[in-house]
Amino acid sequence: MALLKFILRYVFMTIEGWFDKIFTVRWNPFYYLGALGYFYFWVVAATGVYLFIFMDTGLTEAYESVEYMTHDQWYLAGVMRSLHRYASDAMVVMVMMHLVREFAYDKYRGGRWFSWVTGVPMIWLVFASGVTGYWLVWDQLAQYIAIATTEWLDWLPIFGEPIARNFISPSHLDDRFFTLMIFIHIALPLILLFIMWFHLQRINYSKVNPVRGLAVGTMLMLLVLSFIEPAVSHAPADLSVVPASLNLDWYFLWAFPLIEWTSEGAIWGFAFVGTIFLIIIPWLPPRPKEAVAVVNLDNCNGCTRCAVDCPFNAISMVRRSDDAPFAQEAKVDPDMCVSCGICVGSCPTATPFRRRGELVPGIELPDLTVVQLREMAEKASVKLEGSERIIAFGCKHAIDPENLGQKNLGSVMMPCVAMLPPSFVDFVLSRDLADGVVLTGCRDGECHYRLGAQWMDERVAGDRDPRLRKRVPRERLLKVWAAPTDRNMLAQEIATFADQLGNLEKPIESPAQNQTDPVVLDTDNAKETV
Amino acid sequence: MGTGMRYLAQGIVYTVFAVAIYIFSIGPTYTHLESDKAMIKLSFAHATKPKGECKVLTREELAKLAPNMRRPKICPRERMKAYVELELDGKPTYQSVLLPTGFHSDGAVRVYERVPVPAGKHTITVRMRDTARENGFDYEVTREVDMVPGQNFAIDFNAPKGGFIFE
Repeated sequence: MALLKFILRYVFMTIEGWFDKIFTVRWNPFYYLGALGYFYFWVVAATGVYLFIFMDTGLTEAYESVEYMTHDQWYLAGVMRSLHRYASDAMVVMVMMHLVREFAYDKYRGGRWFSWVTGVPMIWLVFASGVTGYWLVWDQLAQYIAIATTEWLDWLPIFGEPIARNFISPSHLDDRFFTLMIFIHIALPLILLFIMWFHLQRINYSKVNPVRGLAVGTMLMLLVLSFIEPAVSHAPADLSVVPASLNLDWYFLWAFPLIEWTSEGAIWGFAFVGTIFLIIIPWLPPRPKEAVAVVNLDNCNGCTRCAVDCPFNAISMVRRSDDAPFAQEAKVDPDMCVSCGICVGSCPTATPFRRRGELVPGIELPDLTVVQLREMAEKASVKLEGSERIIAFGCKHAIDPENLGQKNLGSVMMPCVAMLPPSFVDFVLSRDLADGVVLTGCRDGECHYRLGAQWMDERVAGDRDPRLRKRVPRERLLKVWAAPTDRNMLAQEIATFADQLGNLEKPIESPAQNQTDPVVLDTDNAKETV
Repeated sequence: MGTGMRYLAQGIVYTVFAVAIYIFSIGPTYTHLESDKAMIKLSFAHATKPKGECKVLTREELAKLAPNMRRPKICPRERMKAYVELELDGKPTYQSVLLPTGFHSDGAVRVYERVPVPAGKHTITVRMRDTARENGFDYEVTREVDMVPGQNFAIDFNAPKGGFIFE
């Protein structure tokens, strides 16, 4: 499984690299697969409402009403029908790609099991919604699907009389059957929508909408396709005839030929085993849970930044439980924490400058404390010489810059680069531990913990607390988000940066070097003040 | 990559995606039934008789039962199995022992069988035994049929209407 994951990840990273160039990082559709799935769902829902208005549920009227929409009112209802179909197909593509990508990037284990497991019934519901939709047209394809589906269901020993008998001859079927089917076709997407909402409950800042440019592009694509190749029906259903050749929609209906080539039982087995496998895969193989973030109340002033920045809603603000003069305190839900450390990077007390007393921030990872981070940075500095000394802070899920062959570079690796409080950059430069600092981690859209690159960008730019201080010389800071497939690019960027450092004048010693204990916790507006 | 080139490349990506959606939404064509064949569907659900005789309880036996359980006649719950066979042009094509459904074998026997056959003239015989007899059949029908390609020929069963029904 690890090899499969590695290959898939490499494929995704390579294609996403190309798409970054074509679409830019902001519009890259691979970073919006789930959001595009939601977008297509809304297109299907909106067009479905329109079609429902004109759809008749009678035995012969169903087909006639669809034909009317397709041919007589092709310019509106026909387009709606085509959009309904093509957006459904696109949704299947997005859902499956989203699933495979999350698997490839290992974004389904630990605290993320919830989103993965709630995604499993969504797959069933997407397919069931599509299949029941095809029934409603009541053409020969619908007839084939209806019979094949009921034969498949009849394999389960729960029906007193085979439900496929409803389609054995024209006399067995009546209009009410279609009333039931349209009810099911509406009910299933509503259940799907509910689970879609549930699916995101443990995700903070979830992307449920693609960026506007991408939404416009994909909508235009569907519209053009709908006008050029409108969705059409087969001949009307006739239960006295067996449909011979069928133009299947393979996105939804691929399982039906499989049933014929194997058996109903085999496909039930496949569906059952596949579902169970998908549900338990977040725990395969079992992996010891990493130590989750711990709140140190003595240093927590309830500023809420960790709760705001946590990508997985694992931190909530609760009523203060000690005598400190603050209204709230942070509380970590160990089941939801993925040990990314992003909360540590957001904590204003996590500053390496502190000298008075023990350096214990308001929140930190027990397995990689801020003290250890500072020691790692100091240790990395010891072996560096000359005027092009670089300390790189990197993400364990991306490239370790120390392995790129760059001389005079030491790296400090963390679960996520956004674990690094920005004050560390100031610390390294003002204490002359290095001449330059490199911040590197996963590509923006590929961040293993979703928001690391974005938060770090905003902190460095001064748009997000805790901000990187203005006094930090930006020419001595390099920020590169690079996938493991971008080794050459990262090596080149760092080499150029090192050359640039060599040409810079040595900074005048900062007065900050002599400061001690710069952190002040302000009840009203907690900010790191140095 | 310049802006113009980027938009052009995006257009190509969208086009490829649209073509992929379209192509697999209508094809490749799947052949469910060969063009020279027809289909016989033997399908029915039939409640066979209870297995064993019903017993009429005496007054003493009824008195021993709780008041709400005093039914004068008690029949075994389990139903008989059935045996069905289909012959096509004198050759056995399908035969099966049908067991009653349900945890207590008290449901109907059921069958749903598809038999693709070459189109043309055929002699179809269908028989069923649904009682305790060991030989012979309780229901039997033979019919000459001329099936056209693609025809769906249904064989149903309805005991009150006399047995097998060809549709």
